[in-house]
Amino acid sequence: MLSDIFYKLWDAGLLQLGVWETIYLTLIPTAIAYVLGLPLGVLLCITDQNGLHPIPVLNKILSVFVNIFRSIPFIILMVAMLPVAKLLVGTSIGNKAMIVTLVIAAAPYVARMVESSLKEVDAGVIEAAQAMGSSNFQIITKVLIPEAKPALIIGAVISTVTILGYSAMSATIGGTGLGQIAIVYGHQRFKDDIIWICMVLIVIIVQIIQELGMMIARKTDKRIRK
Amino acid sequence: MIEIKNLTKTFHTANGDITALQDVSLTVRDGEIYGIIGLSGAGKSTLVRCMNLLERPTCGQVLVDGRDLMTMPRKELLKTRQGIGMIFQSFNLLEQRNVLKNVCYPLEIAGVPKAAANERAVELLKLVGLEDRQKAYPAQLSGGQKQRVAIARALATNPRYLLCDEATSALDPNTTQSILALLKEINEKLGVTIVVITHEMRVIDQICDRVAVIDQSRIAEEGPVSEVFTRPRSRIARELILPGNKSSVSEISGGKKIRLIYNGERSTKPVIANMILECQVHASILAADTRDIDGCTYGYTVLALPDDERQYERVIGWLNEHHNTYRVED
Ligand SMILES: Nc1ncnc2c1ncn2[C@@H]1O[C@H](COP(=O)(O)OP(=O)(O)OP(=O)(O)O)[C@@H](O)[C@H]1O
Ligand SMILES: [Mg+2]
Repeated sequence: MLSDIFYKLWDAGLLQLGVWETIYLTLIPTAIAYVLGLPLGVLLCITDQNGLHPIPVLNKILSVFVNIFRSIPFIILMVAMLPVAKLLVGTSIGNKAMIVTLVIAAAPYVARMVESSLKEVDAGVIEAAQAMGSSNFQIITKVLIPEAKPALIIGAVISTVTILGYSAMSATIGGTGLGQIAIVYGHQRFKDDIIWICMVLIVIIVQIIQELGMMIARKTDKRIRK
Repeated sequence: MIEIKNLTKTFHTANGDITALQDVSLTVRDGEIYGIIGLSGAGKSTLVRCMNLLERPTCGQVLVDGRDLMTMPRKELLKTRQGIGMIFQSFNLLEQRNVLKNVCYPLEIAGVPKAAANERAVELLKLVGLEDRQKAYPAQLSGGQKQRVAIARALATNPRYLLCDEATSALDPNTTQSILALLKEINEKLGVTIVVITHEMRVIDQICDRVAVIDQSRIAEEGPVSEVFTRPRSRIARELILPGNKSSVSEISGGKKIRLIYNGERSTKPVIANMILECQVHASILAADTRDIDGCTYGYTVLALPDDERQYERVIGWLNEHHNTYRVED
């Protein structure tokens, strides 16, 4: 029964498209969110009062800004940001607009992830780098980020999975992917089996991202004796 | 030459101000190994961190080769730091870089081309005896090996100075010896001026030329090691340098116990031998910690006497007669 439906949807090409769109609507916003969130996270880390270059006022402002975005439930932020999407990409519907809202929601989340990863770097190592005459920029690029790499990768895995969840929610306002299939073909037509199929596929995608990411994190971590 | 002039450092914390250093002045001369000893919290780390301005003094001057670090533009300060190596108790190696790349780090910072940096790094790893571990990561090394890598790294840019903050405190006695020997070699062969921070008297005794004793944020005493160690003037120096006579022996049971205390008597006088011979007692030594300084003995010996009232009386009588300082232990 379930497999019949599966093959029917598969033959129609609907599931393949759904999987592809889910991946696309997850990875593109994640990548852009990192382009914005990584520098923001670095800034949050170094302007902290115990950071490399304390600027308490700037740190407080950034922190409040990040917290505001992080505290708004995605489903609300998503609709609230549609006008911003229109401003930025000229439309408030379709995947282009979804990417904008996803990035706005994800970038502050990524920034916090990056910040906490960088703060784990041993203060003694930073001190040694300072004693060797490193500039703050050199410490960021040669010490903080490389030393935090395994934690950053694990953070990226967690962020990606979170953004995948957001992208599915965007189906409620016109985003595509497995989320949309589950809602439009499953929920709205009272076909529970389609919902189940979408769910299983999403679980598989998440598992693959998770396992792959963790494997890369383990491989890069030189603190593990091998 | 590193000159510290009237340096004061106050930390402003949530629980009020902490004065870590107060009006400290000292001079580290070129080519010497200068020791700074003191109890925990005395301000040693703060002092050595002021020497490369990792810590900014509240007031006072830090002059390296006559140039004031405090008034230097930041660019110049970073350049100056490249000429002052530093090693730490916790090694502080880059965990995600292998040994070779760790030693290359300061060279990268100094803008040395990669090939030349690698060559120099291998040279230094030879000096510290680790050329066969180039590709190892810090997690795969022992504490002693890590400190050798840290030393190689600190010397990569050919610094004139090397600051060591408790560099051997995390190591076992044998490893400590080999690291101290390496530091001595670096001082003698490469002419690097070394500042050694420690709370262990042995470290100063073994490699330092001059020593400053620091106590409660101030320098209590300073001078050549041979002088400070033979004639410690301050209370804190005596406490650090002379073997303590406080340790308890109550866990050792049986018989009567007498603690002989030496306060600088001539070491050539065989006190215990004479006592045993003249009093005809079978005494045995339970514990001892003595130190010979300039032909005088400091420290103590704890003797166990047989449970015999008459022998005991004879010993006490003899000790009183010969003006020995002693204490009956219980
Ligand atoms: N960053 C800081 N903020 C506040 N107080 C500090 C700071 N660094 C040091 N202190 C205080 O300054 C005093 C001296 O500390 P310092 O680390 O120099 O001692 P030390 O002699 O190196 O001790 P140890 O042998 O334990 O390393 C201590 O009372 C310490 O609590
Ligand atoms: Mg210290």
